[in-house]
Amino acid sequence: MIASPETLLEIKNLYTAFVEPEGTLEALEDVSFKVLQGEFICLIGPSGCGKSTLLRTLAGLLPPSKGEVRLRGIPIRGPEHAVGLVFQQPTLLPWRTVAENIALPLELRGQPLAERQQRVAELLEMVGLAGFEATYPQLLSGGMAQRAAIARALAQNPEVLLLDEPFGSLDALTRERMAAALLELWQRQQRTVLMVTHSVDEAALLADRVVVLSPRPGRIIDIIPVRLPRPRDPSLLLDPRLQSVVRELRQALKNGELQGNGRNSQPKA
Amino acid sequence: MGWRDKKINRLQNPNPLLYLLSLGLVLLLWQGALLALEDSARKFILPTTAQVVTRFLRLVVDGSLLQHTGVTLLEMGLGLALGTSTALVLGYAVAHSQVLAHLLEPIIVTSQAMPVVALAPLLAIWFGPGLVSKVVVCALIVFFPILVNVSAGLSHIDNGFRQVFRLLEATRWQRFRWLEVPAALPAFLTGLRVGGTSAAMGAVVGEFVASSAGLGYLVKQGQNLYDTPLMFVAILTLTMLALVTYGALGLIERRILKWRSAGKT
Repeated sequence: MIASPETLLEIKNLYTAFVEPEGTLEALEDVSFKVLQGEFICLIGPSGCGKSTLLRTLAGLLPPSKGEVRLRGIPIRGPEHAVGLVFQQPTLLPWRTVAENIALPLELRGQPLAERQQRVAELLEMVGLAGFEATYPQLLSGGMAQRAAIARALAQNPEVLLLDEPFGSLDALTRERMAAALLELWQRQQRTVLMVTHSVDEAALLADRVVVLSPRPGRIIDIIPVRLPRPRDPSLLLDPRLQSVVRELRQALKNGELQGNGRNSQPKA
Repeated sequence: MGWRDKKINRLQNPNPLLYLLSLGLVLLLWQGALLALEDSARKFILPTTAQVVTRFLRLVVDGSLLQHTGVTLLEMGLGLALGTSTALVLGYAVAHSQVLAHLLEPIIVTSQAMPVVALAPLLAIWFGPGLVSKVVVCALIVFFPILVNVSAGLSHIDNGFRQVFRLLEATRWQRFRWLEVPAALPAFLTGLRVGGTSAAMGAVVGEFVASSAGLGYLVKQGQNLYDTPLMFVAILTLTMLALVTYGALGLIERRILKWRSAGKT
């Protein structure tokens, strides 16, 4: 708390383009920002603006066309233990139980069984799935499956947790509960989190700073700090201070869209 | 536990009374056909139940039924092993190499259209009248359903799962062991059940062409000698073999794929 937090991730002049038969598709354009140790960052922007592309680049799954990402000053060139990613879909292996799914990263690293079991028990407890270790994923609800996926991403104890619209396919009520659970988890762990979301409310509730991206190709419109006290909980959603942040975010999104329309006029808009 | 097991049990062991009833129906039809036939014809065309049972007991007592069944089973087993292992290796290769897939696809499609049964005489010339030619016929019959299922199973693995393994920096071997094998297992087992059941057909066809032992040989011998009870015994034994193979493979499938039945509610 006293020492100023250090920069964990540094994204520098990131450009990403996909070469497709119909032509080059530019996904990200000159994206630069820094993420501090222990920070909770949300990324918002219209559909197809390259939010997922950015996250996949940070996870080392996608090499950037230009620019780079540094983790503690070292360029990321591929997947790393220090970076965990939760996909939009839980992607749990159906032939493994919940516990076996969570243990997968540890198993692939050759961790001994006893240590593995202990760690998995901790993780199950942490995400509120204790008692479901022997259940197969098909029998879990959407929210439970996504919590198992989060536990799997946390298994290797990453420094940065990347979440790609993890609650995108959940119903509104479950979504809110999951946001609350994530908030609680983060407040206990103070791990660095980068989360892509569609929901402006969710971003304002969870984040320390919200990165607002423009329509494709994604550029940073604004980085808006959320100066609300911690610990937070969903009751804050009705708080006027949070609602003013939400208004600010919506305005930034709108500005981005206006700018975007000016830059490359879309035929069907 | 509980109700789910009960449900599976009911599927596995249908009401024994109905089994008996359907068996009785067959026997009734048999007796009806016997009554409809003239005495002289009956002797050559349709044996009585008693004749078949006596023939069966005689074959059991002198040990020849066991010996011939053993021969056919050996052919089936070796053919199944050869066909399965070749199909697994090629299926994996086809799923992983575009070049190989394009190269082999026309051959595979053409050879699937070719009735393997028609190849049996040629194989008998190539491999002789012994064990090998039957094993090859069996292997060929088993080969295609497994190859097709395995390569399809491997190429339909969810891209999300592949991403997870990339993210976790899995080695090629780990990806094989922890992702590809379990993901393709259901399709492989389906292919095995289809192929395994038709392995009996391969063995019998091989024995028809040239042989000195086996259940197919018994059927052929029965034909030559107008010994219809012998033919009945051999055919019924073959049917039992196929049913047992099917049941055993189905049981293995359910054992290995426990997780699948967990999804059914």
